[in-house]
Amino acid sequence: MTTTEMTAPPPRAAIPPAETTTTGSPRVANRRVALGFVAPFVVLYLLFVILPALYGLLMSFFDTSLVKSGLGAFAGFGNYTEVLGSSDFWESMWHTVLFTILTTPPLVILSLFFALLAERAAHGRWFFRLAFFAPYILPSAVMALIWIWIYTPTLGLLDSALAKINITAPAWLGDPNWAMTSIAMATVWWTLGFNFVLYLAGLQEIPRELYEAAAIDGAGPWQQIRTITIPMLSRTTTLVVVLQVLASLKVFDQMYIMTAGGPNFSTRPALEYIYDIGFTDYRVGAAAAASTLFFVLVLAASSVWLILTRRQERLAS
Amino acid sequence: MTEAPRSPFANGGLQMSRRGFLGSAAAFALAGGVLSGCSSPVGAGLVGTAIDPGTIQYWNLFGGGDGIRMEDMEAGFEKAYPKIGLESVTLAWGNPYYTKLSLATIGHKPPSVAISHLTRMKTLVAADLLQELRPDDLARFGMTADKFNQVAWKAGLVNGKVYALPLDTHPYVCFYNTAVCKKAGLLDSDGVLKPIEGQQAFLDALSRAKQASGQYGAVIPITNEVATPWRIFQSLYSQLGGQVLADNGTKIVLDDDKAQKVLTLLSTMSSKGLIPSIMDYQGSVALFASGKSGFLFQGEWEITTFQTAKTPFSMAPFPNVMGGKYAVQADSHTLVLPKNPQQTSDGLNRSLTFAKSLLDQSDTWAQGGHVPAWLPYRDSDKFAKLKPQSYYASAADSAAYDPEGWYSGSGSDFEIVIGSIIGAVMAGHSSPQSAIGEIRKKLQVLADTAPPI
Repeated sequence: MTTTEMTAPPPRAAIPPAETTTTGSPRVANRRVALGFVAPFVVLYLLFVILPALYGLLMSFFDTSLVKSGLGAFAGFGNYTEVLGSSDFWESMWHTVLFTILTTPPLVILSLFFALLAERAAHGRWFFRLAFFAPYILPSAVMALIWIWIYTPTLGLLDSALAKINITAPAWLGDPNWAMTSIAMATVWWTLGFNFVLYLAGLQEIPRELYEAAAIDGAGPWQQIRTITIPMLSRTTTLVVVLQVLASLKVFDQMYIMTAGGPNFSTRPALEYIYDIGFTDYRVGAAAAASTLFFVLVLAASSVWLILTRRQERLAS
Repeated sequence: MTEAPRSPFANGGLQMSRRGFLGSAAAFALAGGVLSGCSSPVGAGLVGTAIDPGTIQYWNLFGGGDGIRMEDMEAGFEKAYPKIGLESVTLAWGNPYYTKLSLATIGHKPPSVAISHLTRMKTLVAADLLQELRPDDLARFGMTADKFNQVAWKAGLVNGKVYALPLDTHPYVCFYNTAVCKKAGLLDSDGVLKPIEGQQAFLDALSRAKQASGQYGAVIPITNEVATPWRIFQSLYSQLGGQVLADNGTKIVLDDDKAQKVLTLLSTMSSKGLIPSIMDYQGSVALFASGKSGFLFQGEWEITTFQTAKTPFSMAPFPNVMGGKYAVQADSHTLVLPKNPQQTSDGLNRSLTFAKSLLDQSDTWAQGGHVPAWLPYRDSDKFAKLKPQSYYASAADSAAYDPEGWYSGSGSDFEIVIGSIIGAVMAGHSSPQSAIGEIRKKLQVLADTAPPI
């Protein structure tokens, strides 16, 4: 969904002024053709996104049960007041936000750092690109399994490595104070590749001449990065940050697989709270209310991005 | 874990060319349309038929030693009935298991037979997800009510109807280190634990065991652990005749005086240093195995751990500490048949054949510590000779199951809520008085929620 924003807008009025035809004005015909092209997407979008979302909104006002047919008894704002008054809901929302705070800065800064390094590599550039991007294509279950093994107490890769230098490792996934950090570290390794590729693309769009001119003027490498690369990448950075915030807010898989929200619910994200009350407790009405509230949070994050990009575009033009 | 059948995309799916993809997509479409009766998992998935009509799909939640013994029993079934196929799936226990079982049944793709805790089975019945087992069908396979442990059987009835076949009862029991307890003078001349009756005798036994072990009298996991604090509370509280919930969980009937007595005893145990106030589950097992504690109060399933560790130990029913009618927290594993719109009489017969075969192998199952519910085995000489299992088998007849309610049962929200509050009292973080208030407050939220079933 979000990737569609990355493509440039199609050139307008690419079609030459039409010759007069008998079947009405060319503009109407064009519109029909356009509709035809868009229709498959619109139909799927309506069926699988808009309608379920509206149905979810409707359910949030009822005591809908997973195991009974129909909407159930009307609950008014009962589900909302219940969810808003539930400390479990707020804790899980905080876990989602905390995860976003823990993962976004490293995923933006490290991916830029590695992209700069990979861009500079004289030989085997393809290898570095592949090495950083490869983890991204792993399914979440595979990535979770790898990291569960790495984090295994005593026998795991990390613990045995730390034991060699006489450091006692914490219980990575078993300690409530560490579990979130451990999952965040695993996630950084897993999804760094996507931002990395965006930055690589951004780097290639910076004209070489700028660096040449700067070098002639006597700018060193660090100065070039600071005054040319980073400012020229600002649009990419906005994109990367916002895509990253949205991706981090949607966290569910790796937490569900690695800790199932534990220990003692310390890593239960908002989506798992919704899953738990909706599917485990059969209370889809209340779950719909919680997801509507979560949707508002994501919408707010997306609006920030929209405002930021609009402003940047205005500044650029 | 069992290995899932490899998907056709498993090899080099990512390198598949577009033409190759379109080709196989077309092939699948054909397979779906033409071979709808075929047993290929992909074809079945596409057209929504049963994966293999002649096969029993069996879901269970057993890991560790139980998982190995269950696999032995499955192998025993396959040997006895080579013509009936069996596909077994083991899933992580607790809420995720019941969520998957519910969703599969709601989606009309249930397993033919599944394991369910007796206390969770009630919720599944209330959600209309289980088949009723008619007495004449059961009788055809020799599974009549009188052949089962009566406490487990009756606890499993819903409005007098049968929905589950109890496989076992797993009571909260007392593990004792024979070396430590002998030194403490707690054993009789046969080397068996002398009966402990009443609060004073209980605390005395723990102090003597503490002196003998040099560390702790008993060990009970309370850190990052909610089930065990609930189990000991429920055992003691039921001995006073207390109940926590009524009317299917919509009413809280906690008896403050009785709860206060139990919580005060539990907090005394840790404040006097008879039990450690910080101890997680793995740690409690290790501590008892290493002889640094005279007793471990836990479910009987840890039996294999200590047999493997060669700990000098034996087992007894959890003592009657509070002095009322003897009771002890327990649950049962039961066999259930989820509702299936495609159920045939052949399918029912296959499932019941399988259930009967598991019950007939109760000897294998009892090795793991669970008290078998199948009386033809439990009353046999063979079981009487199985030690230490037969020492505590009587506890199954005094089982105090978790209260009924849509949010209650083994591994449920109820156990998490109440267990964590009781754990805090045992760790010395809160007083019995404030814990009772908190239990009431937190359970009220659940009780007030409109039941989804």
